Amino acid sequence: MDWAELLEIAETEKHRQRGIRVHCCTSTGCRAANSLDVMRNMQNAVEDANLGDRVEVVGVGCMGFCGRGPLVQVDPEELLYEEVTPETASSIIDALHGGEATPIQGDVHHPFFSRQMKIVRQHSGKLDPERIEDYIAAGGYQGLYKALYDLTPADVVDEITRSGLRGRGGGGYPTGLKWATVGKMPGDQKYVICNGDEGDPGAFMDRSVLESDPHLILEGMAIAGYAIGANHGYIYVRAEYPLAIQRLQKAIQQAKKYGLLGSQIFDSAFDFKIDIRIGAGAFVCGEETALIHSIEGARGNPRPRPPYPAESGLWHCPTLINNVETLANISAIIKGGADWYAGIGTETSKGTKIFALTGKIRNNGLIEVPMGITLREIVEEMGGGVPDGMVKAVQTGGPSGGCIPATLLDTPVDYDSLMKVGSMMGSGGMVVMDHETSMVEVARFYMEFCRGETCGKCVPCRTGTVQLYSLLNKLVNRQATQADLDTMEALCYMVKETSLCGLGMTAPNPVLSTLRYFKEEYDALLQTPAYLNGHSVQSDAIASSVSP
Amino acid sequence: MSVKTLTIDGTAIAIEEGATILQAAKEAGVPIPTLCHLEGVSDVGACRLCLVEVKGINKLLPACVTEVAEGMNIQTNTEKLQTYRRMTVELLFAEGNHVCSVCVANNNCELQDVAVQVGMDHSRFTYRFPDRGVDISHKQFGIDHNRCILCTRCVRVCDEVEGAHVWDVAQRGAACYIVSGLNQPWGEVDACTSCGKCVDACPTGAIFRKGDTTAEKVGDRAKLEFLVTAREQQQWTR
Ligand SMILES: Cc1cc2nc3c(=O)[nH]c(=O)nc-3n(C[C@H](O)[C@H](O)[C@H](O)COP(=O)(O)O)c2cc1C
Ligand code: SF4
Ligand code: SF4
Ligand code: SF4
Ligand code: FES
Ligand code: FES
Repeated sequence: MDWAELLEIAETEKHRQRGIRVHCCTSTGCRAANSLDVMRNMQNAVEDANLGDRVEVVGVGCMGFCGRGPLVQVDPEELLYEEVTPETASSIIDALHGGEATPIQGDVHHPFFSRQMKIVRQHSGKLDPERIEDYIAAGGYQGLYKALYDLTPADVVDEITRSGLRGRGGGGYPTGLKWATVGKMPGDQKYVICNGDEGDPGAFMDRSVLESDPHLILEGMAIAGYAIGANHGYIYVRAEYPLAIQRLQKAIQQAKKYGLLGSQIFDSAFDFKIDIRIGAGAFVCGEETALIHSIEGARGNPRPRPPYPAESGLWHCPTLINNVETLANISAIIKGGADWYAGIGTETSKGTKIFALTGKIRNNGLIEVPMGITLREIVEEMGGGVPDGMVKAVQTGGPSGGCIPATLLDTPVDYDSLMKVGSMMGSGGMVVMDHETSMVEVARFYMEFCRGETCGKCVPCRTGTVQLYSLLNKLVNRQATQADLDTMEALCYMVKETSLCGLGMTAPNPVLSTLRYFKEEYDALLQTPAYLNGHSVQSDAIASSVSP
Repeated sequence: MSVKTLTIDGTAIAIEEGATILQAAKEAGVPIPTLCHLEGVSDVGACRLCLVEVKGINKLLPACVTEVAEGMNIQTNTEKLQTYRRMTVELLFAEGNHVCSVCVANNNCELQDVAVQVGMDHSRFTYRFPDRGVDISHKQFGIDHNRCILCTRCVRVCDEVEGAHVWDVAQRGAACYIVSGLNQPWGEVDACTSCGKCVDACPTGAIFRKGDTTAEKVGDRAKLEFLVTAREQQQWTR
């Protein structure tokens, strides 16, 4: 494969795609709502109406508006149909030759779409993730070619550094710096790992990227491999993502066939192969050292750092580990240039971020927004606000993050601002809560999650989360006193400061942030010791009436 | 080999590069409480008792796995560290079923010692009274999971020193327990050579010799260090 051949594949494919493309989402969300039947019925309708030469029904990746699936979009007309059923599906095809489409028509100019800025998701919902030609026609693998032929590995690292890209896996570590560190480590054998463990409750950004545009990740990993001097990469995906795994496998095979993975890529001296490893779905296996242990076949326990994986990672070799979304930005940066990318976002947070917008909100789904957009814009404009009632808080960062009260909705979405208000960017979960939500119960929910997911290696996290959960339970059941609340707060700080890995270090955050902004809800649940001693029967009765 | 100089609780000390803060503290005569650390086997940094404060670093660092660096200014016993260590020990006591008065290790238990060291006399946390078992299927030894603090010293000593890897950790979080063989009764694990190293390694009364009764278990911790350093030091008896 050389440049001319790549362009030729792209041209042939574009020529083939000239007609009307009916895009039907076949990602997990819409699939669960029967989109495969929708697609088949549309394909049959095309055949029945003999439209095969000018209409093509294409199964595509996630369009983002997953709450209204199955989604179908007819391009280039930009007609969006929501909640299409197998029964109404064929009418969409009828509408292409004089009939009338019966499904609900969506508005592609709604702020939910128009306020987005798509870099990572630029192809999602537009191309068939199972055909490499589709990706190539959209400019795919040109970033890899450019890196290999126009840039030295040091140039690539420099480009990523200047772009200002920071890790999307939660920590926000500068990606260029990480690449430079691994690149400079001595050693012939290095590895690139793509972290697709995505264990946060409610998060599905990475799944959607892997399902909708698998080649984007392969290309990003190959560029990373070239930049740091690695010729072997692993994608770690959780077993709960069978479709992502299947599409990645297919994508790897296709890329190998075209010589875009394997040995002598683009006829250069660069070799790179990618293997998939499947995780059993433990949240802690997303932590980088636990993930490495898991790939090595050992128990997925974190270990103390240093040494960091950059120095001693997979099989003790220098290892670059990046999140799916981080790697999905790479080819765009190489193609568009660091300056372009650095022009998007805020001073310290560049580019875009995908959020899974869920909870008490009108428009659920995946959105990719430029850094610096405010929470208010996301929740009120794009999300359409709370269906009935008022926003009380927005939770970001999942079990590691916190709840931001409605009064702070004007906070811009960037790493530092979110940290300052006691939450964090996290991997991209964003849950909107309305006035009926009990913040103590929210804190208890996340603590229950952490209690179940701690690996159990270090004492504060293994036993502290259990005690925190039982204290929160006591509160929710109106059995707690001021002394319990004090103990709980002290324990939060202890677990946060003494735990071994990020899971324990962040597990108390949902409690601490709700204590910070919604202290009165905790206070309202407190009982006096005397009351609890003298009227234990009665307070049990209260308890059973309020516990869910 | 280069040497690093640093101060621990105000005492200046020089120690070879690559040593841990814990080793340096030992040389300086500064006691740091530990539980998961055991001379002679690798360190895992799990119990978090040995955390210390280092000036200029806003995180607490585990002394057992942190290498010394030039000019480090270390505090091992600040008020915050004392508070956190006490809580750690309280959490451990509340987690298992530690009835010292009838335990083989009474008066010779590192968990007890640490409790005394950090001044912990009661637990503010609810005792969990977990339902755990006892396995006495082995001819010579037994394991009482009620007293296990999951320090994994038995796991490491059996794997790294004896080379038998009889033990490992099963499950996660609150459900964790020390498992023998392929989740078999200890007595049925062919790999066990009955060397008794895990008995000596165990800081509590969890692994014991059959026949020992209350307060009779006297663990021989120094044996392990002797075994692993014998060749290096050309010392074959002790
Ligand atoms: C408990 C825990 C879970 C994590 N889960 C994930 C995950 O699912 N996906 C991910 O990319 N990073 C996860 N991380 C962060 C990784 O350890 C690591 O920092 C990240 O993959 C680095 O990639 P980045 O620099 O591109 O963000 C997790 C960290 C912790 C402590
Ligand atoms: S903080 Fe929790 S998850 Fe991390 S090592 Fe400790 S017990 Fe395991
Ligand atoms: S007696 Fe020896 S071989 Fe058997 S479990 Fe203990 S350390 Fe391992
Ligand atoms: S049995 Fe003893 S040595 Fe093994 S983990 Fe439990 S307390 Fe530690
Ligand atoms: S899964 Fe179909 S739009 Fe997201
Ligand atoms: S002795 Fe250092 S963490 Fe246990």
